[in-house]
Amino acid sequence: MSEKFKIETIDLSLRFGSTEVLKKLNIGIRENCVTAIMGPSGCGKSTLIRSLNRMNDLVSSCQIEGKVLLDGANIYDPETDVVELRRRVGMVFQKPNPFPKSIYDNIAFGPRIHQMARGKELDKTVERSLRDAALWDEVKDRLRASAFSLSGGQQQRLCIARALAVRPEVLLLDEPCSALDPAATAKIESLMVALKKDYTVVVVTHNMQQAARVSDFTAFLYLGELIEYDETKSVFNYPSNKLTEDFITGRFG
Amino acid sequence: MNSRKFKAHLAFALIRASAAIVIGVACLLLYYLFANGFKVLSWSFMMESPSQGMTAGGIFPAIFGTAYLMTLTLLFALPMGIASAVYFSEYVGAKRSGLAVIMRSATSMLAGVPSIVYGLLGLGLFVLSIRFGFSLLSASLTLSFLTLPVIIAASEEALRSVPLSYREAAFALGATRWQTIKHTVIPYATPGIMTACILALSRAAGETAPILLTGAAYYLPRLPTSIFDQFMALPFHIFALTTQSVNPVKTRPIQFGTVLVLILLILGMNLVAITIRTHYRRKMRA
Repeated sequence: MSEKFKIETIDLSLRFGSTEVLKKLNIGIRENCVTAIMGPSGCGKSTLIRSLNRMNDLVSSCQIEGKVLLDGANIYDPETDVVELRRRVGMVFQKPNPFPKSIYDNIAFGPRIHQMARGKELDKTVERSLRDAALWDEVKDRLRASAFSLSGGQQQRLCIARALAVRPEVLLLDEPCSALDPAATAKIESLMVALKKDYTVVVVTHNMQQAARVSDFTAFLYLGELIEYDETKSVFNYPSNKLTEDFITGRFG
Repeated sequence: MNSRKFKAHLAFALIRASAAIVIGVACLLLYYLFANGFKVLSWSFMMESPSQGMTAGGIFPAIFGTAYLMTLTLLFALPMGIASAVYFSEYVGAKRSGLAVIMRSATSMLAGVPSIVYGLLGLGLFVLSIRFGFSLLSASLTLSFLTLPVIIAASEEALRSVPLSYREAAFALGATRWQTIKHTVIPYATPGIMTACILALSRAAGETAPILLTGAAYYLPRLPTSIFDQFMALPFHIFALTTQSVNPVKTRPIQFGTVLVLILLILGMNLVAITIRTHYRRKMRA
């Protein structure tokens, strides 16, 4: 387990208009680990993960203070190339959102817009991404079929494969299983564990069993504040904060 | 019967009667046209030129002219309409700036301008000032101005209906704003835009006033060969047959036939639009 911080937030505060959503968060995300961010609805966990690849930029009322360091460089620096940042830090959303295109074209979208591969090379990228997302065997005979012909769980793995196709370093997953059934959830969970070999994985979840199953580190967020952050084992076995304990034991959430 | 129930029945009866009147008028109109015009419809009617001072022969030059005119109109209006709609919905529209408000109200105001005013604009601007003359070019530019507000409004609607999740997916993969628009937003909105264009065009196909002032001719012995030629068109041909005939009794059936052809053309275009819409709706929502 690496001790190096891939991403580090320094006094990260975020507000939408006059609503303060994140309050001076300091959190270091270790390379090649799965880090889970859990907390009750509305605690700011999705906002936090979306600020790691600047997806909040799309919301005009959003104001950010503090820093987010990716390999030591502040991504909110005016010189940052947001396009390159989002290539390096990929994202998968709550609801599977494949494009209304074929399976192949969904995966090829990223490599094409970044002009990373074409022809045979692109075929290889598509295959590698689908294999990495544990979807290849299920779709290899129908790459030209519409992505909508897949089940919900397959669509979500397709979205993961699509994100992997541009060879990101970090993969952000925003409640990736909340729209899926238990069997599909189990597949995505084992996938997350497998992916940490090559990627740094950050997953937002409101499901603490999921955090316990897949993550190496767990952060507990409550009302925009970081209440607890430690190795998953210790957060679940010896929570140091009363709020964390109440959340884990199911007294609220 | 108590009064609440009575009111409900009354209201329902009124609603039903209104709908019946509307449908009735449409059916009556179509029946009247078919009853009088159907017998003159024939291959030769469609493919021949008018003869003997328009008391005999067909309407081919008018059909040809309208088709030519519509093609040119589409060629001008479509790119300009889509570009403006993209600009409104993706660039200025996102911000609530004064500029956006002014431009949007300007476009919707254009939609309310009577078509004869467009005709005068075309006459002053394209025919006289730019010296395109009475021509297909002047008329199609005028018609594309007329259709633009409709195309822009409907295309904007189509662009807005693109789910946020597609934009997010593209942005999250590192697509630039333009790549997101080009590869994700526009393809998704294309069926809606196409439908809007066809409907706007079918509206323009029946317009008489704008082309009357910019290039339509009463009668031409030859088909137009370039965009600088004058042309014959179905709606203007109807107008000419109605008002300028030397022998109303003989032109009457031809007139009905021409109206029927125009109506069928417009209905056909609407049908194509509906087919496109249902086809893609099914594909996108699978």
